[in-house]
Amino acid sequence: MRTKIILALTLASAAILAWNIHTIFLKVPDEANQGAIFRILYFHVPAAISSFIGFFVAMGCSVVYLAKKDLRYDAIAASINEVSLAFATITLITGSIWGHIIWGVWWAWDGRLTSYLICWLMYVGYLMLRRAIDEPTQRARICSVLSIIASADIVIVWKSIEWWNTQHPGPMLTIRGGSGASTGMEPPIYWNMLALSMLCAALILIRIRQEAMRHEIDSMRRYAHAL
Amino acid sequence: MSFLRQVLAIAGKDLRSEMRSKDAVNASLSFSLVILLMFSFTFDPSSDQVHEIAGGLLWLVYAFASALILNRSFARELVNDCLDALVSSPTSSAQLFLGKSIANYVLLVFVESACMPVFVLFYDVRWPKQWGLMFLVLLLGTWGLTVIGTLFSAMTVNLRLRELMLPILVYPMMIPALMGAIRVTGLLFGAEPIGADDQIWFRLLVAFDVIFTILAVTLVDFVLVG
Repeated sequence: MRTKIILALTLASAAILAWNIHTIFLKVPDEANQGAIFRILYFHVPAAISSFIGFFVAMGCSVVYLAKKDLRYDAIAASINEVSLAFATITLITGSIWGHIIWGVWWAWDGRLTSYLICWLMYVGYLMLRRAIDEPTQRARICSVLSIIASADIVIVWKSIEWWNTQHPGPMLTIRGGSGASTGMEPPIYWNMLALSMLCAALILIRIRQEAMRHEIDSMRRYAHAL
Repeated sequence: MSFLRQVLAIAGKDLRSEMRSKDAVNASLSFSLVILLMFSFTFDPSSDQVHEIAGGLLWLVYAFASALILNRSFARELVNDCLDALVSSPTSSAQLFLGKSIANYVLLVFVESACMPVFVLFYDVRWPKQWGLMFLVLLLGTWGLTVIGTLFSAMTVNLRLRELMLPILVYPMMIPALMGAIRVTGLLFGAEPIGADDQIWFRLLVAFDVIFTILAVTLVDFVLVG
């Protein structure tokens, strides 16, 4: 059943992405000030939103793990954090390429970018910590605490654009109170958001299955040692 | 009342232990001096540029020096299984954490207070006129470093790669507090007035301290006991 869900999500995501890429590159006109490079935002913004949502959902799973002590929730949190970190990496790379064209530098040390990098580094630390602890229960406990503490820092990241002076553009989407893009430019962002969310969900389901298999192998190894 | 007494008992134990050996304080002070010396090779110590970046330099020294004290906070309890004894004693994890945090805080404030005159002397920086505000920033910023550092010290105490993992995990978490402290310290060293816009840095420091103290006290039981 899970394999069918993964397959359905991947195929639907691929179909929407293919159709949307066709729209973005062939139908949507160049933006008046930024030119053709503005199209990178169709991937930058959905990837950033997916990573933020992922980190918060993982935090929720970590809280549930600490309450229920069920290792499945730790496996879900770890999978979501790992996939979200990949999407955060895409956000950093696409943002850097956009910044190089528009600002003339690969990296600008402004509040939003720096905070996002801090957030990225914390979740790199999360994955390193998981590798450093062998005992599954201890690993789940410590990593759940780290996930909760790191997500508190995301709140600072989210509000940073208002706290610090920044050259990062303000909200663009009308649903976030932005001025909105020209007619026809905004819908592909929402379609990409849907496609990348489905891809994200498929990758998380694959990782959860891998974690379950690893847990089973660990149990068998311990049983073999006991014999 | 009993809660506070037990917290202070843990803090007193740690401070007495450190005062007898002076290992972490001596290492932290010496390391601070080494960093101050190394900074002098990266730029001209007599230039005006130093006044602009004084806050950043000072807090970088504090951040690096704090790692030595924080790293030993729980690691010193591993000998003779003292950590297991502490965890199984009637003292709660929150009391143990707060006691250790207070001990670390006192040690860090002592090291920082000793470093500041040396920094002013070495780099010919003007002593801040608003020294009360400077001391307030030092207290607020240091509590932020301490509470995060002590929690992560507990989280990494049983790891093989403890010395490597602690800085990797702790420094990104500390950055919001460091940013606030660096900005205000820079303004105070530059004898610039603290305007209404700069109040945000104080609010950031206070918010950071409050949020992470509450989170750490709530979560430390899962770290130490399970």
